[in-house]
Amino acid sequence: MSAPTLNATRPVPAGRTIPTAKPAGTAALAGTGYLLRFMLRRNRVRLIAWTGSLALFCGYYVVAIGAVYPNAADRQNRAASIGNAGGTLLAGPGYGLEDYTVGRMFANEMSLWLMVLLATMNILLIARNTRAEESSGRLEMVRALPVGRHAGSVAAFLVVVIADAAFVLFGSLLMIGSGKLAATDTVVLLTGVMLTGLVLAGITTVTGHLTVHSRAASGLAFAVLGGAVLIRGIGDIQQVHGSWLSWLSPIAWAQQTRPYAEVRLWPLGLSLAAIAITLAVGAVLATRRDLGGALLRGRIGPAAAAPSLATPFALVFRQQRSALVWWLVGCVAMFGPAGLFLGTDSGASLQDIATQNELTSTIFGDDPIAAFLAIMMLHNALAVAIFTTAAVLRIKPEEDEGRLGLGLSRSTSRTAWLLAHLSVAGIGALVLLFLGGALPLWVGSSLSGGHTALPTLLASAGAFALGVAVLITFTTALYAWAPRLSPLAWVLCALVVVERFFGTVLHLPAAVKVLSPFWWVGDYPKADLDPVHLIALGTVSAVLAAVAVTGFRRRDLAAG
Amino acid sequence: MSENPVEVVDLHKSFGSVKALDGLRLTVRPGEVAGFLGPNGAGKSTTIRVLLGLQRADSGTARLFGGDAWRDAVSLHRRLAYVPGDVSLWPNLTGGETIDYLTRLHDSADGRSERSRRKAELLERFELDPTKKARTYSKGNRQKVALVAAFLIDPELYIFDEPTSGLDPLMEAVFTEQVQQVKNAGKAVLLSSHILSEVEKLCDTVTIIRGGRTVESGTLAELRHLTRTAVSVVVTRNPAAIAGLPGVHDVTVSEGEGVSTVDLSVDNARMGSVLTALADLDVRGLTATPPSLEELFRRHYGGNAAADESRRLEVVS
Repeated sequence: MSAPTLNATRPVPAGRTIPTAKPAGTAALAGTGYLLRFMLRRNRVRLIAWTGSLALFCGYYVVAIGAVYPNAADRQNRAASIGNAGGTLLAGPGYGLEDYTVGRMFANEMSLWLMVLLATMNILLIARNTRAEESSGRLEMVRALPVGRHAGSVAAFLVVVIADAAFVLFGSLLMIGSGKLAATDTVVLLTGVMLTGLVLAGITTVTGHLTVHSRAASGLAFAVLGGAVLIRGIGDIQQVHGSWLSWLSPIAWAQQTRPYAEVRLWPLGLSLAAIAITLAVGAVLATRRDLGGALLRGRIGPAAAAPSLATPFALVFRQQRSALVWWLVGCVAMFGPAGLFLGTDSGASLQDIATQNELTSTIFGDDPIAAFLAIMMLHNALAVAIFTTAAVLRIKPEEDEGRLGLGLSRSTSRTAWLLAHLSVAGIGALVLLFLGGALPLWVGSSLSGGHTALPTLLASAGAFALGVAVLITFTTALYAWAPRLSPLAWVLCALVVVERFFGTVLHLPAAVKVLSPFWWVGDYPKADLDPVHLIALGTVSAVLAAVAVTGFRRRDLAAG
Repeated sequence: MSENPVEVVDLHKSFGSVKALDGLRLTVRPGEVAGFLGPNGAGKSTTIRVLLGLQRADSGTARLFGGDAWRDAVSLHRRLAYVPGDVSLWPNLTGGETIDYLTRLHDSADGRSERSRRKAELLERFELDPTKKARTYSKGNRQKVALVAAFLIDPELYIFDEPTSGLDPLMEAVFTEQVQQVKNAGKAVLLSSHILSEVEKLCDTVTIIRGGRTVESGTLAELRHLTRTAVSVVVTRNPAAIAGLPGVHDVTVSEGEGVSTVDLSVDNARMGSVLTALADLDVRGLTATPPSLEELFRRHYGGNAAADESRRLEVVS
């Protein structure tokens, strides 16, 4: 090893720019390209899986609706069934319903879902590459390198921009190629979807500065996304093609470009402005805080544990308590207002739509309110499915980071720990289904003079609880037997969503449908509950729980 | 221009109502290995984070090579390497990949092949398998990854925040060796540590902090001067007179067969006169133990008498 002498050790190589001479703005971004390449490499599997499956879904959907609705009359029937309150809530503002082409159908019915999925990817990626890096302590080491203050956040945002742009490119190619859709409208539609996704990415950049944990940062961003979905839905129901309320939601900005029906670009200016604002706010917040710090300070807690904090269950519940409370707040905020919609006036207007349109009445049954309720309870149950899957999977980092081993070194059994996680998820599911879904809907409906029967809502919540039980026990069993594969539990969640919302449109084979626990629940109260189905769900979850316990008692724990 | 690698003056930093740093001073001169000592929560890591521009001081100056630690962070970081006390790595990268990632932003003065040769050398010395994924590394191995990356950069200043936590004694020795090497090469080192023997072995100067302020700083020799040397002496004549000498403390005498063993501690400034007095007592054996950093440390943080006693017994035996 060469032994250079004092102070003559490292001559600055000729030609190397001296960064101090650069303006501060450039120094703050030093190393962005380097971090970007690293993030792309580190997330490559994730990025390819997300963007690839989203782009493929676009192409497949175009092909599928071409097959299911081969001629204009079929599509017109579909337009009639979607042009009501429930349809508007799940789809879009309904431009071009009078001549429902494949493109218009895609724009109206798919753009919302694409935006939700793309925004979910963006939120998770930003949180993972910014706040999670920071709270793990890795960012501290990276920031000790010659790397600018904003380089990390900018690189994380660019990762998302690249992924989204790839989605726009491949999605457009597949849609234009498979459905012969107008190229301009397709690109405008997917660009609008991308920009809405980037608005949410920008919001996550901001929330990452507010909270210490990446989970809380992404949670706040998901709350904004949920609010955006709800506001757009209510706004579009209030007035054909959207009221002023719709325009408050980034979801609307993409839908209001009216792809395949008099396309216009200016609403995307709102998205661009929102992206610029969130990034500017994020940059200002970044310079105002210390590494590892957050603008919302953590509170201090009690010095001694409550007497009840003695069992594995109590500990797991304590860890997940605040998440559950926030989910409950979110559900009440979502379904309370939705219940107001079931009042006499709106109920009458729903009824009007149904009687005016023969086809709607056949699809929605005699009771459009029941159909609306079914959709609301399904939304609630899907939210619960996401909550419970995340809740069960929290045992994985407990194991990987050695906390589970520490817990098991006390005189507690593996079964106790596994069942603790399982039952906390189960209790959370019951709380969210009954107190977050059924009750707020009933209260909202009663306040606005509706006549929704509480027992109907409770029965629906109870049926979905059995469906959620299968999801919980499946996730637990997957974790118990093959912990490395446990994130695949999300695939079952995705299957449930696809089956419920697109099962009919996509003509999913029955063999696939039966894999979705919510298919067994059905469309209650629009259709009756089948006791045999419910017993089957209960039996399957009991078996899966037993399988989970058996597996968890057999395998090695991961080294902490 | 030879600015000090580290110059911290009157640094203040609060987190809410908690004062983390309260007028801290710290200097590391070129070519110097500076120990940075303090109990948990004294503000060592906060100081280092301020120096790295990761946290912003409320007031005071924190300069590296004369540049402002916050404003000029990027250019300053080209000239330093940092190893945190608790290294967290990307679970699905191998150790070798991580080392490359952490070093590639620094220019290599001696070319790529030379760097990969030195990487192999350091990996061998630290006995680290670079092909394993970081998720399988133990704490000590994660620490080694960060240490290899730091030594590979070959910067002008090393900042170590308790770098040997989690290393076994053999690896600690390798670390000590490496620091000696960079010291011989004229590099500056700021070493925050709890391991006093490590600091004693390596450091030219020591800064001791407590509650966010500097309570003692100077060269090890200067600091030792302020303390006492433990002396154990075996004599045949009556040692009673010794206890009365100025600068002599804690005298205990134990009688043996024809000899007395006397344990005492002596202010370093009075050592000469005490030795003269001892010479008259027909000395058969003498052990003198220089004051350790541990004693310094205890003096500042309130020692524990029993531990003190057991240490003295060790010295005698």
